Amino acid sequence: MADKRTVEVSLSTSGLDAQGRPQRTPLVVDDGGRVTTLEAPPAMEPELEGEHMLINIGPQHPATHGVLRLVLELDGETVVRCIPHVGYLHCGFEKIGEYRQYNQIIPWTDREDYLNSPGNNVAFALGAERLFGVEITPRCTVLRVITCELSRIMSHLVWLGTTCIDIGAFTPFLWSFQERERIYTLLEQWCGARLTTSLTRVGGMLADIPDGWMDGLNDFIRTFPKTIAEVDRMVTRNGIWVGRTIGIGAMSGPDAVNAGLSGPMVRASGVAYDVRKDFPYLDYETYDFDVPIGTSGDVYDRFLVRMEEMRQSVRILEQASARLPDGPVNIDDPRLILPPKSKATSEMESMIHHFKQVMEGPRPPIGECYVAVESPKGEKGYYFVSDGTPKPVRWRIRPPSYVNLSAIPRMVEGHLLSDVIAINASIDIVMGEIDR
Amino acid sequence: MTAPLVVPGSADPATTPATLRAIPHRGGPLNPSAERIKTRFPDAFVRAEVIWGETNVYLRPDAVRDVVQYLHDDDAERYDYLSDVTAVEYRDLELPLQVVWHLRSLPYRRFLRIKAELPKGTPLKVPSVMPIYSGADWLERECYDMFGIVFEGHSDLRRILMWEQYAEGYPLRKDFPLRGRFSRSEQLRQALAAQPESRYSMTELTIADAFEDLPLEMRQRLAGGEKTGE
Repeated sequence: MADKRTVEVSLSTSGLDAQGRPQRTPLVVDDGGRVTTLEAPPAMEPELEGEHMLINIGPQHPATHGVLRLVLELDGETVVRCIPHVGYLHCGFEKIGEYRQYNQIIPWTDREDYLNSPGNNVAFALGAERLFGVEITPRCTVLRVITCELSRIMSHLVWLGTTCIDIGAFTPFLWSFQERERIYTLLEQWCGARLTTSLTRVGGMLADIPDGWMDGLNDFIRTFPKTIAEVDRMVTRNGIWVGRTIGIGAMSGPDAVNAGLSGPMVRASGVAYDVRKDFPYLDYETYDFDVPIGTSGDVYDRFLVRMEEMRQSVRILEQASARLPDGPVNIDDPRLILPPKSKATSEMESMIHHFKQVMEGPRPPIGECYVAVESPKGEKGYYFVSDGTPKPVRWRIRPPSYVNLSAIPRMVEGHLLSDVIAINASIDIVMGEIDR
Repeated sequence: MTAPLVVPGSADPATTPATLRAIPHRGGPLNPSAERIKTRFPDAFVRAEVIWGETNVYLRPDAVRDVVQYLHDDDAERYDYLSDVTAVEYRDLELPLQVVWHLRSLPYRRFLRIKAELPKGTPLKVPSVMPIYSGADWLERECYDMFGIVFEGHSDLRRILMWEQYAEGYPLRKDFPLRGRFSRSEQLRQALAAQPESRYSMTELTIADAFEDLPLEMRQRLAGGEKTGE
């Protein structure tokens, strides 16, 4: 399927005028649900001089998706200026990482982008493995692909539900959270935790999948597209939804690239930048999937892109499920992988390895690496610097939501106050990741 | 249906790169941009190395802006995407502090790491790349907030994750203790006194004559340089 589903939906207006500024196009929705734009804008209201108003949204406000504070300057109901404040959740993950061994940092990665914990675990493990210079097993590679795509669907479902609530549709929230619960059940069967999974280890996984787990996954793959289709039917051509999202918060492609946006944000603006395709990892180049892109980069296109990404994730899951090879999950390297408990208590060498790993931790060679993966929010990168000791000198998280959110003043200025909520929802921020 | 935007970032979809395998620790192919930087900016270029398949180019700090401008504009380079700006301080306090820029060329699918070394005892100043990449705004602010590195030319360089009155220093520096500099009781007292919702910066108070609406006595205190909300 070469043509993108985004293009098939012919509702999208340009969203931008000749100067590249966001355009507010009046929309008309007829009885059949078709959306047309008026030829010329209606006569504007007479110019009324008035005082500008200072208004504060957050940090404790349900529509800011966390503890984000926006200070807005309003002219009537139009946003003139937006000053975002972040940092309320800052707890110094990067500093703490400098005092932890590599495997001890993995639980911290659960807690930054907490809607995508398994994906963060995989990203961290990939970075640490590059730093240690080890190659994971084929079975582990496929299991990690399954993990990444499940967590992408999980994160997009939360985004879908909360955004629908923000824009005034309640039902998709219930549907998407039901589906998300099924993924959490699968994860719970695998690792015992729902949210804070800590699913990977440097050189492998916490554990192999339990018996019968693939049946549960295949069941999910089979039935999940039906829910997507239901949400699609309910929302995509809904007059209220279309009217509140088309032409709102548009970013042109060159602007989005310059602002460092990534993930669905930059793809909605027409830039086909996907780390899985452009800088592949985990053999993503061998999977057959499409990268949906939008045309105008407005809230509506971001919605379409994320919906299509969930369908593409299901395609990847189908292929990964079909090709999952047998074999060991962990690499065969006693420096990195703990011996089984029975051996650690009965064999001398295993006990030494266990002791050295737990008490000192494995030592990577001196060096540094930056490994990026395509998280649901965008390019999530981990930058490690090692001086040869068991703890990193520097562990840096490149948070996609942080960079995406930094463009919010440009997106909201000129729009109405109610559009600020829609735009903020469309960025898909997780404050745990922004403040770290 | 509108015509598709002409987007500078998109790479050629016909060529598919592959997952990297068996990457050597040191050595391996050098990013061709490193050679071109060396010939074009011989004074700015310090050295280049390849670690785990990624090219590091060390530059003189004051020349970073010119080199990045060239990397962004030149047709053979087209580094149009700034992934990250950060800094590294080593545990060996003799070693210089490093500022790191991670650049991506989306059309050529290249990755380049630029580094500038700031020896201890010198002022921590590097030029800002915010005029080239608007996405550098918050990344540089965070680097300033966490390391105290001043990005010259940044239009709005102030703390971002810590609050503006934060007085304990720069948290990610190695001489900063993990628990912070102040005692727990002092940290708690300051946190309770912060009241974020009732505090606005002076910039924000210029909006909508909000400053004029404040009581005279408070206006005088603020005009005297006192911070808001304390």
